[in-house]
Amino acid sequence: MTTHQHDSSVYEEIGGSERFQELKRRYRSWAFPMTVAFLAWYLLYVVLSGFARDFMGTKVLGNINIALIFGLLQFVSTFLIAWAYNRHSSAKLDPLADELRHEIEGDK
Amino acid sequence: MSETALSTILFLLFVVGTLAITFWASRHTKTAADYYAGGRSFSGVQNGLAIGGDYMSAASFLGIAGIIALYGYDGFLYSIGFLVAWLVALLLVAELMRNSGKFTMADVLAFRMSPRPVRTAAGVSTITVSIFYLLAQMVGAGALVGLLLGVTSESGKALTIIGVGVLMIVYVVVGGMKGTTWVQIIKAILLMGGATLVTLLVLGHYGFNLSGLLGEAAAQSGKGAAFLEPGLRYGTEAQGLAGKIDLISLGLALVLGTAGLPHILIRFYTVPTAKDARKSVLWGIGIIGTFYLLTLVLGFGAAALVGTSAISEQNAAGNTAAPQLAKAVGALIFGDVGGTILLAVIAAVAFATILAVVAGLTLASSSSFAHDLYAHVFRRGNATEKEEIMVARIAAFAIGAVAIALGILAQKLNVAFLVALAFAVAASGNLPAILYSLFWKRFNTAGAVSAIYGGLVSAVVLVIFSPVVSGSATAMIPDADFAWFPLQNPGIVSIPLGFLAGWLGTILSKEHNEAKFAEIEVRSLTGVGAEKASEH
Repeated sequence: MTTHQHDSSVYEEIGGSERFQELKRRYRSWAFPMTVAFLAWYLLYVVLSGFARDFMGTKVLGNINIALIFGLLQFVSTFLIAWAYNRHSSAKLDPLADELRHEIEGDK
Repeated sequence: MSETALSTILFLLFVVGTLAITFWASRHTKTAADYYAGGRSFSGVQNGLAIGGDYMSAASFLGIAGIIALYGYDGFLYSIGFLVAWLVALLLVAELMRNSGKFTMADVLAFRMSPRPVRTAAGVSTITVSIFYLLAQMVGAGALVGLLLGVTSESGKALTIIGVGVLMIVYVVVGGMKGTTWVQIIKAILLMGGATLVTLLVLGHYGFNLSGLLGEAAAQSGKGAAFLEPGLRYGTEAQGLAGKIDLISLGLALVLGTAGLPHILIRFYTVPTAKDARKSVLWGIGIIGTFYLLTLVLGFGAAALVGTSAISEQNAAGNTAAPQLAKAVGALIFGDVGGTILLAVIAAVAFATILAVVAGLTLASSSSFAHDLYAHVFRRGNATEKEEIMVARIAAFAIGAVAIALGILAQKLNVAFLVALAFAVAASGNLPAILYSLFWKRFNTAGAVSAIYGGLVSAVVLVIFSPVVSGSATAMIPDADFAWFPLQNPGIVSIPLGFLAGWLGTILSKEHNEAKFAEIEVRSLTGVGAEKASEH
């Protein structure tokens, strides 16, 4: 087992460092607004399903109506956001997180 | 050979195969990390499949297909909530939890709070949520077997529940997380395979013309175009405004509950790193999303090919729609023998589904009992690893026995609402506590305890006084009426209450530990000091 025990001052020092603050900013500035966005997009869908049934029932192509397309778009947006988050993490978060981790764990 | 005999044989093959893996896994289960977290040695893909296995319960496979078959579009609303919910887990919870916790949800909370009160609250909530979910699955198992194997006697159903319960106990007690994870993986593959096969046959029958299938379903349902629109099941016009608010309330609990379900949260600990946790959720989203697209076709296919009335005749909730569809489409394409074989396959898959989900729930609740309540609250962190695993196994046995007993007692009660309640409690109590712990510097012990108990109690109390427990013909206790809360789903009230209680508890207490928050923040984002995979 290689669990590193640091006294808490190490974490406060790293936590205050510019690079950690940058990592935190990159994570939060992506994840937080995106969470608000997909929750709002989902709630819009649920609210329309409850209160705008005529609109949702509008037929677009054969028997395929707006409700079905809207529902399928929720699948599409979920897959796209998951894919985009993976890309964002691999490109912007992982390298910085790895760098910081190696520094902290390497000093033992 | 009859379909009953064939599905029994297929199911026994599944049982023998998974038991063999479970006993193999037990030989590799030595440490607490092995028992609770499968040695953290599963790959992202494997854990992604296991996430699918844990999540795609009989409620979502048979239940959603059934709602679509009977009420059309509204079943789809359920699947979408279940799917979008995974983005909360992906963006806010999975990786950070993997980095800062060890075995249970409470590990993350106890990190920066006073451990005993927080672990007690998290343990109580974990066990409550899991038992609700477990009970719904057990009662469902009894009813399902009754329908699929033609077992109609009370004692036959009770025997089925005992059988399911005993198998589930064996998986968990013997195989721990390693064995249970393999059960989930195999079940997920079988379920995806079975659902894909039937979907392709249905689509093929309609020349891959979705609009044609929908038109046929709408015509067969007798409800016309309304069958393809929201509003036949949730928030019907007859229920008025309360029904529509109920729909939003359900939607909120579904989308926010997943990331607070204990049996889902412990899945993130079974992989070596946070990156693997991310990868497993990505795979989980792909599998679960595909599965819900398949259930859409299964539901409408059942309405079109079996017919809504033939389905509700078999089971009022539509739970047999998918197996009935398998038989119908198999017979249409391959003749009667084909129908029999396909029905047997889907019935066996349905049993495997129930068995895997109840095993996951038993593992989550017994782990929390042993790790949180026993080792850290009763023994104040002085229990040895061996002792802790022993207690976990005893707890799994005890919880399994309780689930069997309650499952038999509740057989005649309508307890389908317990799944939605489990999601509501997870969203109202667990999620605020987890999010505040990970992101709010000022958060403290009083806040965590108030969020969990506040969310748990408000969700449960509101449901007790709702129309699902009393005061309506379909209620759990139809003969009594003490309902004053108008909604069937408490989420729209209890989720804000849980977040509010967490906030209020926090600001009313002076305690907070900035150094520990700095530590969890650095650890959760960088993975410093995260638990490593064990080596064998």
